[in-house]
Amino acid sequence: MSRTTFYDKLIFDKSRDGRRAFAQSPADPGEVDLPAGFLRDAPPALPEVSELQVVRHFTRLSQKNFSIDTHFYPLGSCTMKYNPRACNTLALLPGFTGRHPYAPVEHGQGYLESMFELQEMLKAVTGMKAVSLTPMAGAQGELAGVAMIRAYHDARGDTERREIIVPDAAHGTNPATANMCGCVVREIPTGPEGDIDIDALAAALGPRTAGIMLTNPSTLGVFERRIQEVAELVHDAGGLLYYDGANLNAILGKVRPGDMDFDVIHMNLHKTFSTPHGGGGPGSGAVGVGDRLLPFLPIPLVKRVEREGEAHYAWSGEEDLPQSIGRLSGFMGNAGVNLRAYIYMRLVGREGMRRIGEYATLNANYLQARLREAGFELAFPTRRASHEFIVTLKHEARDFDLTAMDLAKALLDENYHAPTTYFPLLVPECLLIEPTETESKETLDGFVDAMIRIANQARQNGVRYKEAPYDMPVRRLDDVKAARQLDLRFEPEDPGTGEASAA
Amino acid sequence: MSELPGDLKYTEEHEWLRREEDGSVTVGITDHAQAALGDLVYVELPEVGQDVEAGGEMAVVESVKAASDVYAPVGGSVVAVNDELGDDPEKINADPYGDGWIVRLSPEAFDEAALLTPDAYQELLDKLDD
Repeated sequence: MSRTTFYDKLIFDKSRDGRRAFAQSPADPGEVDLPAGFLRDAPPALPEVSELQVVRHFTRLSQKNFSIDTHFYPLGSCTMKYNPRACNTLALLPGFTGRHPYAPVEHGQGYLESMFELQEMLKAVTGMKAVSLTPMAGAQGELAGVAMIRAYHDARGDTERREIIVPDAAHGTNPATANMCGCVVREIPTGPEGDIDIDALAAALGPRTAGIMLTNPSTLGVFERRIQEVAELVHDAGGLLYYDGANLNAILGKVRPGDMDFDVIHMNLHKTFSTPHGGGGPGSGAVGVGDRLLPFLPIPLVKRVEREGEAHYAWSGEEDLPQSIGRLSGFMGNAGVNLRAYIYMRLVGREGMRRIGEYATLNANYLQARLREAGFELAFPTRRASHEFIVTLKHEARDFDLTAMDLAKALLDENYHAPTTYFPLLVPECLLIEPTETESKETLDGFVDAMIRIANQARQNGVRYKEAPYDMPVRRLDDVKAARQLDLRFEPEDPGTGEASAA
Repeated sequence: MSELPGDLKYTEEHEWLRREEDGSVTVGITDHAQAALGDLVYVELPEVGQDVEAGGEMAVVESVKAASDVYAPVGGSVVAVNDELGDDPEKINADPYGDGWIVRLSPEAFDEAALLTPDAYQELLDKLDD
């Protein structure tokens, strides 16, 4: 193992008075014409370091990371697939990066055409009637989706519809979104094979139902088999269906939410359409709608108009959609993420889209079959996996004191990023495993071998992994302290000692 | 194997209740619930005097793994809350049936038949453990 992994300096530790990166310094601005009240009394407490020190510091920090570029990353529900370099290269063409959002549309026809085509491709792949690219992330896409559902009912004078039905397996963002939109959440249970409890759904529906939020395949890694029945029941009760696009990777090119009769969908473009993600942003939560919600889409959209026989692209705003729920961002979403998604879709093409769904599912089922063969218990043994599946360690935890967290930490020492642990909450001691379509069979086999090694050490040799990981830059983290003492501020100088300290 | 005092009643949502001599009811979460949640980091308590519906949300317990609602096993008004959980939510992990109690209610009605006996709750746990 490389010594760099033990590097634990803060950039402030490197700071020396007066040291500067001269090559990077702006020219002396001379006299600054600002009122005295707006000028600093003292320079800001920034680290004073050379350019080379900065490069080394951040390169070393990056080497401590687990990332998709360095490790298999089967983090369930997160779709950590390869992000093709070409997407990044092309999105950084100066014609894109140099475009100012306030520039006249005539100067950005290439960008607008790309975004128009992205809208069209997303419509085609989801089976929806129109798409808006403006939500800045998945959560904002959800917010837009439920806000449209509310706007739809309100526009019909049906103002009592304030209940959003959410299965107990849902992503936590679903009830949070419903709440943010002023709706009340009604939770319905899941059956033993992972499908929604249809009787409970029927009982929950009524004149107060605004809609239902579903992920299909669900967070349990299985496809909701009675989706048509669900759609009919909800529509008959006057509610609408919201599709949480979190697991869209599983069905790309195979099944379309529009064909399942969903009224609105949000897509995590950063995830399904392969922009680097997982670091807190930026994202893109494009929304697609069916006929019922067309008038309520968030603005702006990009429209194509014929002008003297030629295609011309322009913003479509309130004048086209007077009932729109409005703007969600200053311009139109995260342009860079939308561009990368556009390039990815153009590279992959229609045939490739189908391959994504097929190989994401094949890889998950291969991994599931091999782990089952090795003695791991599946949460839904009678079901085929979608793009992910759940292993439960409840017996290992009880009999060998090997919890999901212990196994996850032990995997780090084997150089695999851990799967998602303890989600969904319905399954005790669970690991949610999503290999994605971009991994080779050899990588999957290596992961299975590591899982078997760890489990055998616990089962046969009594090895306990309570202290794991052993070989990482940091050992087992104190989750309780992390949750209770959210103190991340760097104190530049301790008045008592005059020394820098990390608080 | 989780601990299960014989003098308490239980719910399917893993709360326990104890009928006090003054007629009030003390509520907490079971040993099984605290073990499943893991180390608790935060407890959100109701206000004293607040009315709660049977089956309604009464408190929230948050652990390193998850946030979970605590439901009122009986309807009534809140007569006391365990303020010490504010600084020491881990009391619930350490002593779920004692120092880790959460809320004391003055029940409007007390329907024992709707609650689980220790045996019935044990049966539920056995089923979960299969």
